[in-house]
Amino acid sequence: MSIGIGNRGNVQGLTTHKLGCIRGERAVFAGLDLALNPGRAMLLSGPNGSGKSSLLRVLAGLLPAAGGRVDWEGTDVTEDRDGHRARVAYIGHADPLKPSLTAAENLAFWAKLYGFDPDIEPALFQFAIEPLADVPVRYLSAGQRRRVTLARLALGQNSQAGPTLWLLDEPATGLDPGAVSMLANTILAHLSNEGVAIISTHGGRLDALLNDHADRFDMHEFAA
Amino acid sequence: MIGLCLLIRRDLRLAFRGGTDAMMGVIFFVLAAILFPFGVGPDAAILPRIGGGIIWVVALLAALLSLERMFAGDHEDGSLDLLYLSPVSLGQLALAKAIAHWLTSGVLLLIASPVLALLYNLPSSAFLPLVATMALGTPTLSLVGAIGAALTLGARRGGVLLALLLLPLYIPVLIFDAGAIDGAIAGRDITPQLMILGGFLLAALALAPWATAAALRQAIE
Amino acid sequence: MLHRFANPARFSRIAARVLPWSTALTGLLFVAGIYFALFASPADYQQGDTVRIMYVHVPSAWMAMGAYTFIAVMSATSLIWKHPLADIAARAAAPLGAGFTVIVLTTGSLWGKPTWGTWWVWDARLTSVLVLFFLYLGHIALTHAFDNPQRGAKAAAVLALVGFVNIPIIKFSVDWWNTLHQPASLTRLDRPAIDPAMLTPLLLMGLAFMAYFITMLLIRMRADLNAARARALQLSAAE
Repeated sequence: MSIGIGNRGNVQGLTTHKLGCIRGERAVFAGLDLALNPGRAMLLSGPNGSGKSSLLRVLAGLLPAAGGRVDWEGTDVTEDRDGHRARVAYIGHADPLKPSLTAAENLAFWAKLYGFDPDIEPALFQFAIEPLADVPVRYLSAGQRRRVTLARLALGQNSQAGPTLWLLDEPATGLDPGAVSMLANTILAHLSNEGVAIISTHGGRLDALLNDHADRFDMHEFAA
Repeated sequence: MIGLCLLIRRDLRLAFRGGTDAMMGVIFFVLAAILFPFGVGPDAAILPRIGGGIIWVVALLAALLSLERMFAGDHEDGSLDLLYLSPVSLGQLALAKAIAHWLTSGVLLLIASPVLALLYNLPSSAFLPLVATMALGTPTLSLVGAIGAALTLGARRGGVLLALLLLPLYIPVLIFDAGAIDGAIAGRDITPQLMILGGFLLAALALAPWATAAALRQAIE
Repeated sequence: MLHRFANPARFSRIAARVLPWSTALTGLLFVAGIYFALFASPADYQQGDTVRIMYVHVPSAWMAMGAYTFIAVMSATSLIWKHPLADIAARAAAPLGAGFTVIVLTTGSLWGKPTWGTWWVWDARLTSVLVLFFLYLGHIALTHAFDNPQRGAKAAAVLALVGFVNIPIIKFSVDWWNTLHQPASLTRLDRPAIDPAMLTPLLLMGLAFMAYFITMLLIRMRADLNAARARALQLSAAE
């Protein structure tokens, strides 16, 4: 069938076993095995429709797996859904920001809802958006909005018991090189903290910056 | 509980920042109700008799208008995924959304309804029953409406579909609301109708968030 | 992919074996039922031959309610046990149920004109059947409102269960509303006893309608499964 990569003997971190996903009536991927140790990132690559986004959504628990299982430290994550939700930080394609609220209001809402540290200043600084804090999001450019979205990662990072499993779906879309570096530094800090990150990419600067700490995973092998 | 308040506050803030958007429902409510006297003629004998029913039918339609957007914004910008991943359950989210919807639409209809009662020459004995049925009935509309709003997330022609799904479900509320107002005008005791409306509200409070959560789960997949 | 079609494949085989028999049974029951209904049963002493509308009207009313109950049970099966055939069964049953509801409403209207002197009365029975018709329409519309057919099926399942709660409320509430406004209307089957000569055709037609429902359900489910398989083949050919 398929050959997994990574360290299979270790039950630390995240592992999947024969994971499959069906969208609509189409099987997106099947028999997918992956393993990721704490402190490592995984860069997902593959053509459009190969299931990168679907895999990230299955790992986050947003999509049910059509087959197989996802384990965290050797335990099936469906046994403790609340625990898994608390573990996950998910960044999707869209920016979950309300145009009529300011950048700070948007971030403060998510911080409070997730029970993160309510002090959002450091997160704003981390992505250099503190001058935009009081501007309604509708006036921000696409790249600036992306930075506000990504600042959510920093919120969790600055809190006790923040998410350990980061699932980032093309996080660098629309970012200028400076912002990509900020993102890379945030991810590297997360990894050095024994965190785990799975990132879908189309190559580029983020890949290069994370290269030393990342495994690569080609979705093409698991097309169903 | 903290999550619930947080979500309601966020929706209210969004409604206030939206400015006139929140007023659209109540403007429609008054405008549509004003059309009927032109249609049936300004006969002072007919209008009081049909007024209670018309006010309620128009209130149903006005509540429908704003329901379509209840979850749509959060669905489109990915907020719904994050709300699902947050410590707040989908049932709590559904309840918070319904409460926020009621505060931004039902309450406004409630305030506007006595004005319409005046325009329809309803006898003064019907004013309090009208407001009472509004107070008991409109939260049920928001709670049941949340189910429809969640079911039609991402559907083609969501608005028309929402009306098709919800109006049959709203009929029981309409029957007892109109019955109560008619009864009040005829001088009968309307406690039974109000009790039944209260029962509907309690049942909707217990069941609707649960059904809405099931529908939202499908929408997230 | 295999595990997903293992069960439906077995269903298709069983359906293929059952279908000739159920089709023949449907035909036989209809022939017998229509014979008894039109020729071998007496005319009503008050209504004359108009009473024969009952042999279509009442069985379709049973099936209109029965089909909705079937959809509700299938919806629960789909949501709780995630059985792959349940969605297909609910989707196949909804237009059939809507069809039965249309028959009830039109035959009732045709029957009402000569006996009550009006096509339509806002009474409990009629109103609740009308609402049932709209619940069917909503179910069908919701099933087909999404690009992802599974999303449509699941949404329709939630709606079917919510709508099921509504049916007793409607029946009860309109009854109550009715007594407030106008005297209760005639309800045909409330007469103390029904003549055995009328009961035979009624039961035969009831069975015929049920056999027709089962036969059409199997045909529609099989067509649905075949269409899904054809799409799966097309998609895999594209890869």
